[in-house]
Amino acid sequence: MSLNTKELELVSVTKRYGDTVAVDAVSHHFRPNSYTCLLGPSGCGKSSTLRMIAGHETVSDGAILLGGVDISHLPPAQRGTAMMFQSYALFPHLSVAENVAFSLKMKGVDKGERLKKAGEMLELVDLSALADRLPDQLSGGQQQRVALARALITRPQLLLLDEPLSALDPFLRIKMRAELRKLQQELKISFLHVTHGQDEALALADEIVVMNNAVIEQAGTAREVFNTPKTAFVARFMGGHNVVSLADGTYAIRADAVGLSAPGAGSIDGTVTAIEFQGTHVSVSARIAGDQEVTALLPDARFFEQPNNPGDPVGLTWETDQLHKLSA
Amino acid sequence: MIGNQPMRLSPNSKSLMMVSPLVAVLFVFLVCPIAMIAIVSFWRATEFSIIPAFVFENYEFLFGSSVTYRVFFNTFKYALITWAATLLIGFTVAYFLAFHIRTLRWQIALFLLCTIPFWTSNIIRMISWIPFLGRNGIANSTLISWGVIDEPLEWLLFSDFAVVLAFVHLYTLFMVVPIFNTMMRIDKSLIEAARDAGANGAQILWNVIIPLTKPGIMIGTIFVVTLVMGDFITVRFMSGSQSANVGRLISNDVALLAYPSASATAVVLLCTVLIVIGILLRFVDIRKEL
Repeated sequence: MSLNTKELELVSVTKRYGDTVAVDAVSHHFRPNSYTCLLGPSGCGKSSTLRMIAGHETVSDGAILLGGVDISHLPPAQRGTAMMFQSYALFPHLSVAENVAFSLKMKGVDKGERLKKAGEMLELVDLSALADRLPDQLSGGQQQRVALARALITRPQLLLLDEPLSALDPFLRIKMRAELRKLQQELKISFLHVTHGQDEALALADEIVVMNNAVIEQAGTAREVFNTPKTAFVARFMGGHNVVSLADGTYAIRADAVGLSAPGAGSIDGTVTAIEFQGTHVSVSARIAGDQEVTALLPDARFFEQPNNPGDPVGLTWETDQLHKLSA
Repeated sequence: MIGNQPMRLSPNSKSLMMVSPLVAVLFVFLVCPIAMIAIVSFWRATEFSIIPAFVFENYEFLFGSSVTYRVFFNTFKYALITWAATLLIGFTVAYFLAFHIRTLRWQIALFLLCTIPFWTSNIIRMISWIPFLGRNGIANSTLISWGVIDEPLEWLLFSDFAVVLAFVHLYTLFMVVPIFNTMMRIDKSLIEAARDAGANGAQILWNVIIPLTKPGIMIGTIFVVTLVMGDFITVRFMSGSQSANVGRLISNDVALLAYPSASATAVVLLCTVLIVIGILLRFVDIRKEL
């Protein structure tokens, strides 16, 4: 472990706006040196949590510890964190290099030295050629890398990213998330990334923290959270799962673990309601008893051996060990 | 037109037709009068007649007289002091409205409050200073009753101070509006980003807000400078006819029916103002704001 590995810990951190509770006594110990995604639907409190850690929002109650030091009441720049904003928040009147050097300028570092350091940072994000451009003259992906360089020049122990990929088009999003992941591993500092996209979280995170209604619903590695969701909310939000109520409780089952058979021959009977071709797979939705919808995700070759049509009665099959019991 | 078929126009002639009313209005009411003034400025005048001609004697007289230079100096002095005062007040008011008032509703309410003085005419707002600032006016009697001064202050009214005070009162809003407008367009996350980078309040103001507000400041500056440089009535009322600016020079000539001389002064003033604006526009690109 290197020296700059400092752990982030939240101790019943609460945020109230008047009577509304945006973050309700959240406690969590984040792993050091890791890429963590704070995942949840809009309004779940994930952005407020991030902004409290950054220091752009006051903590109503509780404490935020970084490396064992309470940083809850420190100004943003003294926390050892740096934030990358959703819209990048680049200063439109400053060149790329001056944007990156901004925090050094605030510290009173003289011009030659700060531009030299900014140049090193721009090299890290592969933008040296564009140092003299204005932010307006850059593409979305380039702007994002400038924002990244600007945040990293303060040598933070923790980089906070507020929906960093949401302003990019889908193709660039996938490219940039790979770069973020690579950068985190090179720099060996913690990244805390807020997102509402489960695919983004699965692709990036060492640890996923799922939030809903101002509290943490579940936290764990990406595989844990995806394969063993604790609650129906997590199962639905992570996607790829069916949530079904059976006689002895509520279960989650992955859509790709559901197969089709002749009516009466499967685990349960249903009627096909919709069929969607998805390229490598075909998604077949069926209605079962109790007005519940179950989706089976079949490899396209297998589906087209015996294609079904909406309205067909079918049997749905699964191995019982694929059923995962949910607590709520 | 043939039958019911509508007349076909090329896109070019369509846009020509659309701009032509405005062009016509501007031509008749802006270009023609200015051309007329320019022409008349070369005419010859005697005590009792005006003779169409093409002579430079009006300009020769204008540039040969030391009064002209003093009056132009005075005009620039008023413009500069008024500009500095309106900028300071306007920027502060706009900053307060844009960054310290949190809700849009209060921003609009307070902004409308700023415009209330504009519901009365310029002249009335100007004249209402006279009972306030006069020798036995409210300001002097209050200061005497507080014991701050023993004698009434003479320089309060009918002085350069009164002129500048009235200008500032009349024109500060022309500074507030464009600066407020520009400030409202500043992305609030830029300020957070600056704070994240360790900037304190003064550094944010100097490094982020002022540079991004420059176009608004420039538009306000153009408003105030042109209004002050073209004014004559405020100077006459508030200085008690003791000071002069170029506007008064022109109005005096007009009163004496010396139109050629007035026209020549007007042409020089127009050119001066255009040069000032030209210099200002060199510094800041305001196109983004328009």
